[in-house]
Amino acid sequence: MNERNKIIGKIDWVTVLIYLALVIIGWFSIFSAKYDEMHPSIFDLSQVYGKQLIWIGASLLIGFVILLIDAKFFNAFSMWIYVIVLASLFMVLVYGKATKGATSWIDLGAGIKFQPSEFAKMATALALAGYLGNYDNDLQKRRNQVVAIILVLIPMALVLLQNDTGSAIVFVSFIFVFYREGLPGAGWVMMAGVVAVLLFVFTLVWSQKVMYIILGSLLVLAVVYYLINKKKDIAKMIAIFACMFVFVFSVDYAFNKVLQEHQRNRILVLLGQLDDPKGVGYNVHQSKIAIGSGGLMGKGFLQGTQTKYDFVPEQHTDFIFCTVGEEGGFLGTSVVVLLYVALLVRIITLAERQRSSFSRVYGYSIAGIFFVHFAINIGMAIGLVPVIGIPLPFLSYGGSSMLAFTIMLAIFVKQDAYRLVNL
Amino acid sequence: MKKNQKKRIENALTSRKTNTFVNHIFIMRTSNNNLSSRRLLIMGIFIAVGLLYIVRLFLLQVVDTKYKAMADNNALRYVTQYPARGKVYDRNGRLLVFNEAVYDLMVIPKQAMKRDTLRPFDTATFCRLLDIDKTSFIERMNKAKKESYLKPSPFMTQVSKENYAHIAEVLYRFPGFYFQTRTVRHYPLSIAAHTLGDIGEISRNELDKDEEDYYRQGDYIGKSGIEKSYEKELRGVKGLKVMMVDVHNREMGSFMDGELDKEPVAGKDIFLGMDAELQAYGEQLMVGKIGSIVAIEPATGQILAFVTSPTYDPNLLVGRERGKHYKELQEDPMKPLINRATNGTYPPGSTFKSVVGLIAMQSGSITPATCFHCAGPGSLPIKCTHHHGSSPDFANAIMNSCNPYFYESFKATINNPKFGNIKEGYQYWKDMTYKLGLGHKFGTDIPYERPGNIPTREYYDRMYGGQWNSVTIRSLGIGQGEVLVTPLQLANIAAYIANEGYYYPPHLIKCFGDTTAIPEVMTTKVDPGIDSRYVRVMKAGLRTVFSGSAGTARRYEMKDIPQCGKTGTAQNPHGNYHSNFIAFAPYDHPKIALAVIIENGGYGATWAAPIASLMIEKYIRGYTLREDLEKRMMEGRISYKNER
Repeated sequence: MNERNKIIGKIDWVTVLIYLALVIIGWFSIFSAKYDEMHPSIFDLSQVYGKQLIWIGASLLIGFVILLIDAKFFNAFSMWIYVIVLASLFMVLVYGKATKGATSWIDLGAGIKFQPSEFAKMATALALAGYLGNYDNDLQKRRNQVVAIILVLIPMALVLLQNDTGSAIVFVSFIFVFYREGLPGAGWVMMAGVVAVLLFVFTLVWSQKVMYIILGSLLVLAVVYYLINKKKDIAKMIAIFACMFVFVFSVDYAFNKVLQEHQRNRILVLLGQLDDPKGVGYNVHQSKIAIGSGGLMGKGFLQGTQTKYDFVPEQHTDFIFCTVGEEGGFLGTSVVVLLYVALLVRIITLAERQRSSFSRVYGYSIAGIFFVHFAINIGMAIGLVPVIGIPLPFLSYGGSSMLAFTIMLAIFVKQDAYRLVNL
Repeated sequence: MKKNQKKRIENALTSRKTNTFVNHIFIMRTSNNNLSSRRLLIMGIFIAVGLLYIVRLFLLQVVDTKYKAMADNNALRYVTQYPARGKVYDRNGRLLVFNEAVYDLMVIPKQAMKRDTLRPFDTATFCRLLDIDKTSFIERMNKAKKESYLKPSPFMTQVSKENYAHIAEVLYRFPGFYFQTRTVRHYPLSIAAHTLGDIGEISRNELDKDEEDYYRQGDYIGKSGIEKSYEKELRGVKGLKVMMVDVHNREMGSFMDGELDKEPVAGKDIFLGMDAELQAYGEQLMVGKIGSIVAIEPATGQILAFVTSPTYDPNLLVGRERGKHYKELQEDPMKPLINRATNGTYPPGSTFKSVVGLIAMQSGSITPATCFHCAGPGSLPIKCTHHHGSSPDFANAIMNSCNPYFYESFKATINNPKFGNIKEGYQYWKDMTYKLGLGHKFGTDIPYERPGNIPTREYYDRMYGGQWNSVTIRSLGIGQGEVLVTPLQLANIAAYIANEGYYYPPHLIKCFGDTTAIPEVMTTKVDPGIDSRYVRVMKAGLRTVFSGSAGTARRYEMKDIPQCGKTGTAQNPHGNYHSNFIAFAPYDHPKIALAVIIENGGYGATWAAPIASLMIEKYIRGYTLREDLEKRMMEGRISYKNER
């Protein structure tokens, strides 16, 4: 048995099978969403479903090549890959094409467009893993903390400059890996994030005044509790409350001045503050109709009336989950959700069994990235999250995202297969 | 190492002191091995979000049925399938009304304007095809765009059948354009506009009255004539086609292979009692005169001709120019839109003497042998306009149209001692006229019928403070005064006498195209309760109007067709006398009974009698032997003061 076979034999087939299942569900959903009687073949290369097949083929090929490449390659070249992708993000800012308000494409000619932001996530994950793994950099040191955070913030800022808010939000997912790697305060940041979202939502729904009253009464209760129990860090507690007051105070300002109008409207629609099913709320409204009309068992493959006839915009890209929901019903949607949860849990489990911290950090990074994509994309399709245009990994149509997510996962599978050889 | 790790996690989880667990998750200063337990929170978040989404999906997809309904509205379009409206034929099967397909070229600007580099829109060829210039093309396109960018608007309406075939063949080269078929009513003979009526878009008022909830805004409905009377039968039943549509309003085919579709049921054809040739002939005879001819088949009550003059071509009120033509007709001082055959109410004049005489005989107030004194023009209270023997019997009085005789008959009826007083006597008389079809509507299939007027005794009580007698209301005896009849009612009197004592309520329909029975009211014989002996006396009397040496219509006697009739010369507030005539023929088993009223035509014998006689000849013989008379009648013009 030569080494190559040995390596392939160690591949985690659970991950690979979940991946293939999602890719195939995605391909058939795109076919159904874009089905055209003039082009009834799923292999018709002039149609998006035919093109998606090309992307799937290319992804599988590249994925296979990655499995053949020496696992140390990605560790060794992580910083170079990071730099190259950052450079391409700069290129986009200079030469990029604007699509729907975001400048995120590079036209490579011959009809091939390339979206570097899809690869920036992977590159960042590699760089972070390389930094924290290779040099055995401990996140307890202030310098290492700063470098690690900056590694994430640079691509995030560049993507934000492209006006691609959705992709920028994905970088928030690195909080999971920071938390796992023991970055001081990461847990608190996660908590604070949840509290901030809740405060934000309640302030918009109930107005600032009500929030002041609620926070005020909570503060009084807490102070009384602390005094009675003679607790020491009363100052800290009061400081936390002060932060919350400031946050609530700034919600209105942030909402009206920082956010752009379409973002504001999307949030208001989600919170039920704005009812406009034909305007801003159109996408979500149509998406909910499509998914809701699927029922328990769905309407059957190619039988959807909502997605097939263009009621749902972006149905084959960001709203591909509608097709799953309409034609596959609750059965189909829960299978997809469970596949994702299984993939995420599997990646975490694999990450924990890695001996090298490079592999572990990388695994947590991509789990976080997949999770944020999954949570936002499906959340927006079912009306739980404001509309943020990011694809559903492996399902949405798109060459860049298909390739980027496949490479992302393949690198991890390779690292996992190599884990025993590594030491 | 691994075992150790596992143990630590277990410790962390099972520890009674929750603080330890919290430490593992939130507190920063722990070794990397301890950090491994942090995966639990991360996995927990992933699983929690997954579960939250599954719950949400369950609510959205399984529990909430609202979205299913919304989806149906969203993607399915219920396209109404309009049935073909029933055709209308005359009694001999000649087509009077049919549907004609017209083609509207529709455009969806968005699809038409879409740039396709492979197949650019060839405007030049397109314009040549439609025979329009480029300016017109742009104008039409802009108009459509203004209407709606995404929805179809008419680009060119009512394209002819030939052009349609020509254009449709190559239309696939011009995306965004398609033909929409509509049907309009067409009247090949251009006659009987008022009888046939027309259809038009349903009004708000009609929609409100639609209790079955059959009609929708924009539907067509019968507005007048038999289109109105037989709306339900002619229209058929709408069908339904369930189409799938996309968000751009494009139809994407039939839903569920048409399982939910409902085929429309075509409307019933209708055969009218009308004789198209006789109707056309009547309309020709009436050119240049205001008035009406109503001809009835006595044996059935079917209307053979329903002429009103002036009339118009029913095809004027169809299609694009409808509104313009309607306005012109409405503003015409001759009022061609009025159907005088049933909307015109006229003093019957002497034709009414038939009614007066019959009631007098039935009430026993006179007998055929009764004579009344006539002093000619010196008679009181009503003078006589005819010259005849001084004491005519009934037969003579009818032939000569003696005014005093019928005044006396009328007086004898209402003053008949058996009624006790004049008011009861009058009540009897009025009831009898009512039974003869006067003073009320027949209520058959004739739209917008008018009841005419036979005054009630209450009316006279009010009018004269209760103090009135036979002299006060003497004009009634000779068909003047308050009494008003429609030509239809008058024709029915003629049919009644022709039948020797009964009539069928006059109606337009003969039968439906299928076996559906026509409403019972039209096939129910009405017997007003006058002994047929008296009616036969009256019939014989009316014969002498033609055959008698002093008959008022003797000039129009035909040797081979024994006609009966009664002239009327009615005073009216609008100028010269109305020329009236009722007639039927042949004497035995009459085939046609009719009434003719020529407004301001003078003596009954001048216009109405010859026109009636020509109608009879036309109907029975099929042509006329009296070409001079026919020519004179057709070309004759009466001048009216409100003429343009």
